[in-house]
Amino acid sequence: MNNLIEKQVPKRHLPKHLIIVLVASIILLCLCVVASLAFGARFVSWNELLTGLFHPEIESFSSSVVQERIPRTIFSLLCGAALGVSGALMQSVTRNPIADPSILGVNTGAALFVVCGIAFFQISSAAEYIWFAIVGAMLTAIFVYGIGSMGSSGATPLKLVLAGAATSAALSSLVSAIMLSRTYVMDQFRFWQVGSVGSANWNLILTFLPFLVVGILLAIMTASALNALALGDEVATGQGVRTGMIRLIAAFAGVILCGAATALAGPIGFVGLLAMHLMRLILGADLRFTIPMSAISGAVILTIADIAGRIIGSPGELEAGVVTAFIGAPLLIFLAIRMKVRSL
Amino acid sequence: MRHPLLTVIKQGRIKRRQRWLLINSILFATSLALCCAMLMFGNSYYPPQEIWSALTGNAAGGASFAVNTIRFPRMLAGFFAGIAFGIAGNTFQTMLRNPLANPDILGITAGSSVAALICILIFHTSNTVVSIASVIAGLLTVFLIFILSKGKSFSIGRLILVGIGIQAMLSAAISFLLMRGAQEDIPTALRWLNGSLNGAQLDSTIPLMITVILCAPIVAILGRQLGILELGEESATSLGLNTNQTRILLVLTSVAMLAIATATTGPIAFVAFLAGPIAKRLVGVGYSNVIPAGLVGVNLVLAADLIGQFAFTTRYPVGIITGLLGAPYLIYLLIRMNRKGSL
Repeated sequence: MNNLIEKQVPKRHLPKHLIIVLVASIILLCLCVVASLAFGARFVSWNELLTGLFHPEIESFSSSVVQERIPRTIFSLLCGAALGVSGALMQSVTRNPIADPSILGVNTGAALFVVCGIAFFQISSAAEYIWFAIVGAMLTAIFVYGIGSMGSSGATPLKLVLAGAATSAALSSLVSAIMLSRTYVMDQFRFWQVGSVGSANWNLILTFLPFLVVGILLAIMTASALNALALGDEVATGQGVRTGMIRLIAAFAGVILCGAATALAGPIGFVGLLAMHLMRLILGADLRFTIPMSAISGAVILTIADIAGRIIGSPGELEAGVVTAFIGAPLLIFLAIRMKVRSL
Repeated sequence: MRHPLLTVIKQGRIKRRQRWLLINSILFATSLALCCAMLMFGNSYYPPQEIWSALTGNAAGGASFAVNTIRFPRMLAGFFAGIAFGIAGNTFQTMLRNPLANPDILGITAGSSVAALICILIFHTSNTVVSIASVIAGLLTVFLIFILSKGKSFSIGRLILVGIGIQAMLSAAISFLLMRGAQEDIPTALRWLNGSLNGAQLDSTIPLMITVILCAPIVAILGRQLGILELGEESATSLGLNTNQTRILLVLTSVAMLAIATATTGPIAFVAFLAGPIAKRLVGVGYSNVIPAGLVGVNLVLAADLIGQFAFTTRYPVGIITGLLGAPYLIYLLIRMNRKGSL
């Protein structure tokens, strides 16, 4: 019996490509940062970029453009990391490959609470947004999982996705109804409703940082227990994992991360789905590596989406949320096609 | 001497037929009443005689303008869009044997919206081109969903998941087009996100009217066969039905109505989803659900539009009201299906 369990436990050694992947993704990350600083409505050349970065005392138009883009870039990296890890956690907690804050409707729940906060409680600061969004995300996550796991077959991907889509539709009608009757809410809300990192500033980043750190630390701490959970509840219990507790903590971390990101950037979808599947494809199923690496891939994906949005949408800009949905939805379709009928 | 069982069966049939006729008459009467209400109420109230003289061209300026250029086109657009959404939604739900498999969730309406938006915002084409393009886009979306979800073995679950994915992509495309086209124009945006009868004009409603008048009877006539299709592929074939031909004809006519209605009023949320199940509840099993579904669609759109106009201090477009009504029902349906394990 002991032998059997040991065979099922993921191997302890590092995944084959870990070092290469780590180095490659860090290089990619740096390239993204440079590109994010350089591209936009106005292209900044390499020399101008260096001047803007290291000699802030020299005042010129392009250097102030670069300085404007610094917080935006950092914020998109952090937000992407949060969404990537959040998606990874939701996929492992629900044991469902098609999970992501936006697909499960958790983003819309956060959005509804922020709108309610603006409309009924006159909230206006980023910190207040975050708390409302986290409460909204949490309640929605519980609701969606509750509906999706009803019935004898448990929480199958199809049931969860449908519950998420239905809840999302219901909540977004409420959002529109509240917003339409109050112009001042609409003015405030329109900026983030589509999901964009464009409005970032240093204050926003500082408000966001504690939530990101707590969420990612919790995610890393639960990763090895989640590995055991992936083998089934019995095996996990046999290994001494308290399954209920681990699920709760991991789901809590996922909700904090996506709630905080949604509160500040607006509902950005599919980053979690893309980030986790990319890493699983390269690194395999060991969550102790895929969860932290999802943070990096999420950051890269969101930043690329933001840059792409600025290039496609110029002279204005296309919100990152639109771009990620456009890249991420085909992955959802692909996963649905590949799934076995029984496991739907 | 007749077998007593036969008499019972026959009586049951007569009873169901009577019920079907009764329900249809009631639905028809309420939709007419709602049409009259649409003409009578607005910023100022006009009595029926005045509306009649306005429509026949014998009224003074104020009433004539309000009725002929605002309320009458609005009523017509709502009426025909209601029929189109109701019947088309019912066709898909019956054919795929799942109430969740409706044009809203599968992204077919979103496909038509994208085509209509491209025509209107980028190429500034005429109404005819908008209609044709939206029909083609709707059919392409249907085709794409079926091709992608075919796989080794067909599964309705896979079809719905693929549809949700396509819907997400198309919604992103809609946001992109709206951002480029009418960034400041919130009414236009709302029309294309939720559906609205605001700004309905007579000449843009005409293609919708023609399509519905041509296509709805075809679907209604095929309705009996639709009922047989619901029994499943094998039973339908053994009852002598050419299943593929029937299916193709049904999809063509339904998507045509759906797409042109979407191009005219925007995708009025959840009407295509709600009409079929409500109609089925009302008339019961055994009789064609097509006509009652169309009438329920009319009632939903017109009632929701009246509620949106007058029930609150803010005027809401019709799609917001149908969304608020429809989404809880969708959740309720999901809960019920999950409990029964039929998903």
